[in-house]
Amino acid sequence: MARSDYGIVGTSVPRKEGRDKVTGTARYVDDIRMPKMLYGATVRSKVPRGKIKGIFFSPDIDWDEYIIATAEDIPGKNCIALILDDQPCLADGVINHPEEPVVLLAHPDKHQLAKAVEAVVVETDPLPAIYSMEESERKKEIIWGTDNIFKTFLIEKGAVDQVWGQADFIVEGEYFTGAQEHLYIENNGMIAVFDPIAGITVWGSLQCPFYVHKALMVLCGLTEDKVRVVQTETGGAFGGKEEYPSMIAGHAAILAMKAGRPVKIVYDRLEDMVATTKRHPSRTRHRTALSRDGRILGGEIDLTIDGGAYATLSSVVLSRATIHSGGPYFWPSIRIRSKAVATNAPPHGAFRGFGAPQSLFAIERHMDRIAKAVGLSPVELRRRNFLQPGQTTTTEQVIREPINLSALLDKSLAHAGYEEKKKNFSLENKTSHVKRGMGIAAFLHGAGFTGSGERYLDSVVGLEGTADGKVRILVSSTEFGQGTNTVLCQIAAETLGIPYECVTIAQPDTTTVPNSGPTVASRTAMVIGNLVRSAAIGLKQTLQLDGILDQRYTPEKFANACRNYVEEKGVLRALARYTAPEGIYWDDVKYKGEAYAAYAWAVYVAEVSVDLTTYAAKVEDFIALQEIGKVMHPVLAKGQIIGGVAQAIGLALYEKVLWQDGRMLNGQMTNYIIPASCDLPSIRVIFEEIGNPHGAYGAKGIGELPMDGPAPAIVNAVVDALGVPFDSIPLLPEDILEAMVSHSIAKTVVVPAESAR
Amino acid sequence: MTPLLPDHAKQEISFTVNGVPRSIHAYPMARLLDILREELELPGTKEGCGEGECGSCSILMDGVLVNSCLIPALQAQGSTIVTIEGLAKDDRLHPLQQAFLECGAAQCGICTPGMILAAVHLLEKIPRPSLEQIREGLSGNLCRCTGYLQIFDAVAKACRNEVAE
Repeated sequence: MARSDYGIVGTSVPRKEGRDKVTGTARYVDDIRMPKMLYGATVRSKVPRGKIKGIFFSPDIDWDEYIIATAEDIPGKNCIALILDDQPCLADGVINHPEEPVVLLAHPDKHQLAKAVEAVVVETDPLPAIYSMEESERKKEIIWGTDNIFKTFLIEKGAVDQVWGQADFIVEGEYFTGAQEHLYIENNGMIAVFDPIAGITVWGSLQCPFYVHKALMVLCGLTEDKVRVVQTETGGAFGGKEEYPSMIAGHAAILAMKAGRPVKIVYDRLEDMVATTKRHPSRTRHRTALSRDGRILGGEIDLTIDGGAYATLSSVVLSRATIHSGGPYFWPSIRIRSKAVATNAPPHGAFRGFGAPQSLFAIERHMDRIAKAVGLSPVELRRRNFLQPGQTTTTEQVIREPINLSALLDKSLAHAGYEEKKKNFSLENKTSHVKRGMGIAAFLHGAGFTGSGERYLDSVVGLEGTADGKVRILVSSTEFGQGTNTVLCQIAAETLGIPYECVTIAQPDTTTVPNSGPTVASRTAMVIGNLVRSAAIGLKQTLQLDGILDQRYTPEKFANACRNYVEEKGVLRALARYTAPEGIYWDDVKYKGEAYAAYAWAVYVAEVSVDLTTYAAKVEDFIALQEIGKVMHPVLAKGQIIGGVAQAIGLALYEKVLWQDGRMLNGQMTNYIIPASCDLPSIRVIFEEIGNPHGAYGAKGIGELPMDGPAPAIVNAVVDALGVPFDSIPLLPEDILEAMVSHSIAKTVVVPAESAR
Repeated sequence: MTPLLPDHAKQEISFTVNGVPRSIHAYPMARLLDILREELELPGTKEGCGEGECGSCSILMDGVLVNSCLIPALQAQGSTIVTIEGLAKDDRLHPLQQAFLECGAAQCGICTPGMILAAVHLLEKIPRPSLEQIREGLSGNLCRCTGYLQIFDAVAKACRNEVAE
C-alpha cells in the first residue's frame, strides 16, 4: 500500500467544484439553453399492460407546431441497450407498465407541452397485469420470457441438508423491504443536438457517460465516433441516474434528429418520481440451524426481488443482494437461492447499496430473532458468529485482512452507551408513554464490481500535463455530490508531490476522456483512484526518462518540466489500464470465490423512541462506526456517511411508495416524505482504518455502505422498545399501530428441533 | 405558434434584483422562478419540485424567504430581491458560502443556493442561533445528500466567523 507522503490524501482540501456550487454558478442541464432549442415531452401508456390499437391526436391542438415522434422514427434498434436489450425506447405495439413512453412531442414553448401531452390518447386493448412478486411466481400470467424470471442465483457451501438433524434450534423468519425513490433534488434532464456530419451530442444529468453512449449508438444506428455524451453538473443521483438517463437521452436524440434543432427534455418532479427507477422491493426468507450455544450451523436463504417490467439491472442488483445476504457471519454451510421476477410496474433499478440494503435488513433482523429464540443478547449472538480472518464467506472467499468485528462492536456499543441505556430503558418503559429501545446492525459492503466485473469493465484512466504546467485528469468517472473530482485530484497531487490546486479534472465528455467505467458500486476511490495513481506515476516517469525532471524535484520544477515537454513535443499524456489483483479467483457459474477485492465493515447502533400517542418512531441517537480503509478526505467521508444514514432513516421510517395497478400514487414531495432537518438525530461517525492493498493509498468503497445498516438497527431498536416483532420496512406510524394491534399473531417460528425434523 | 395567452396580457413589472433595477414584460401569473432563471438569466436559483415543498428555489423578497416557484411575477412589483448570485461581493464569498465550502455543506449543490439563502434569512433574524433554531430555520429546505448535519455546522461556523470579524 502506497504511503501518503505529502499529506494531501487524508486532508480535507476544498471541494474542487465547491465554489461554483456555493455561488450558484455551477451549470446543471436545466441551466443551459441553446439557440432555436425546442422542449420535449413524453406521452406515456397509462395502462399497466395491453396492446396498442392506435394513437389518437385531439383536433383541439394545432399539431403542425409540434415535432411528433413514435417508435417508427427510431433510426436504429428500438431498445435501451444495457444488459439484455428487452426494454424499448418507445413502446411499439405492446405495453408492459403504466409509465411506458409511447409518443414524444417537441415544441418551442415549454408551457404548451402539458396540454399537448394530455391531448394524445394511446388506445389500448388491456391485458391482465400482475403487481406482486407472489402473483409473478404463480405464473398464471406470463409477462416476461417463459416464466416471469429475469435471473436466478444459487450459492451452495457445505452440506446444509445435514445440519437440520444436528440443530438444537431452527429459527425461521420472513422479511420485506419496500420500493424507495431516490429523490435527488435535481430532476432528470437531457439536451440533444444533431448534426448530419458530426452526429448526435447529448448533455445531461447522468452517472455513466459510456452507458448513454452505448445506448445511443444502438438506438440511433450511429458509429462510436458519431455519438458524444457530456455530463453536466449533476444534482444528486444515488444510482437513480445510472440507467434511466439512457432513456431520456434517447428520447431527446430522436426528437433532435427529427427536428434538426436542439431538444431539451427535463422532467418535472411528478414525472421523475413515477416514471424513473426506484429501489427493488424484496422478500427474504431465512431458515437457520443453531447449536445450543447459539452458533450458526447452517441455513437456507430464499431471496426474491421485484424487477418491474423489464430486465434492466435487476440481475446485477440480485447478485449483490445474494452475496450480501449472509451478512458478516461465518456460515459453515448455506444454500442461498435468489431470483428477480417481473411485474407490470416501471423497472426498478440501481439505488445506493444495490440490493445489499435489502438482504442485510433481512439478516440483521433475523439475527435479533435468533438471539431471542436461543436466549442470548443480540450482542452476544453476533459476537459468537462474526466472520474471523482465515474463515470464508458464503462464496468461500477467505478473509485475509485482520478485521476484528467484535472489537468494532465493543467500540460502537461504548460510544452509544448501549448497556446502560438498555438497562435504563427497560425500567423506564414500564411506566412511560414513550417507549425507548436500542438496536444494532453489523454488516459489510463489497467495493467495486462483483466477481469478474472489474475485468470486463477494463477501465482506462488518463492524465495530461498541460501547457500552463498543471495536470488534468481524464476519466469518465462523474461527480454528483459524492466527491469524485476532489478525491481523484488529491490522489494525483499526492502521487506527483504537487499542490492540490495544480490538478484539475476534465468535464466527462466521451470524445475527450477514456472509458473508466460507470460511477457506481463504490468503485471510484478504490479502483479509479488506483488507476489515477498509476497514470500519475507514468506521467512522472515520462518526464524523468526524457531527462527534463530529476528523481527529486520541487513542484515548480515539475510545472516547468510539464510546460517544456508540451512546448517541445505537443502532448504529455499517460494512460493506465485496470489489471486484476493477483490471486483473485471468481467462478461466475458456481458463484464461488473472491466476490469483491475489498469489503468495508461496520457496526451501527440506533437509539429509538416510539410515542404511543402518535405511534411515530423517532431516531434519537445514532452511532455509525466503520472500517473503510484509508479515509481519503475526512469531511467528505463523514458527509457520505451522514447522508447515507439519513437516506436509510428514510428507508426505515418515512419513505413509502404507494402503488395502484403498477403506478406510484404519491409522486410528489408533499406525500412521499423524506427526512427534513428536524427529523435527524445526532449522527456520530467513527472511522477505523485498516487499509486495503488494492486501493489507492488504502482506499476501499464508502458511498453505499451507510445505506445498508441503519434500517435494521432502527427496526431492531423499535422491536426492543415495543417488544413486538416488525419485519417489514418502511415502518410508518400506521404500520406500527397495526402490528401492535395484531401482536397476538406472533410470527416467530421457534420449533423444538425434534418436531422440526 | 399560438401562445397560451394573448401578448397583450403581458405587463411591465419592475423590481430590484441583487441591487440592480430590472424591468420585464411578462404575464402577471408567470412564476418568478422562471422570470429569474430565463428572462434575467440568473439560473443560480433552482427548481426542485415546483410546488413549494423543497425550498430549492428560495430567494429573499423584501427580506422575506420565499419559494420563487410559488410567487407570481406581478407580486414582485416594486420589491427588492436577493438571489444566490447577489451574495458574494467582488469575488469575496459571503461568510455562509465560505462556511458551506469548508464544512462539506454542499455536496451535489442543487439545494445549496436555496439552503444558503434560508441560512442568510435565519441569521438576519437570529444572529446567534442555537442548534434547534438552525434546524427549525432550515426546515423548509430539503437536502438529499448531506443529512443536514454539516449544513448545521456551516451555519454555526459562519456565525462564529462573523463575530470574529
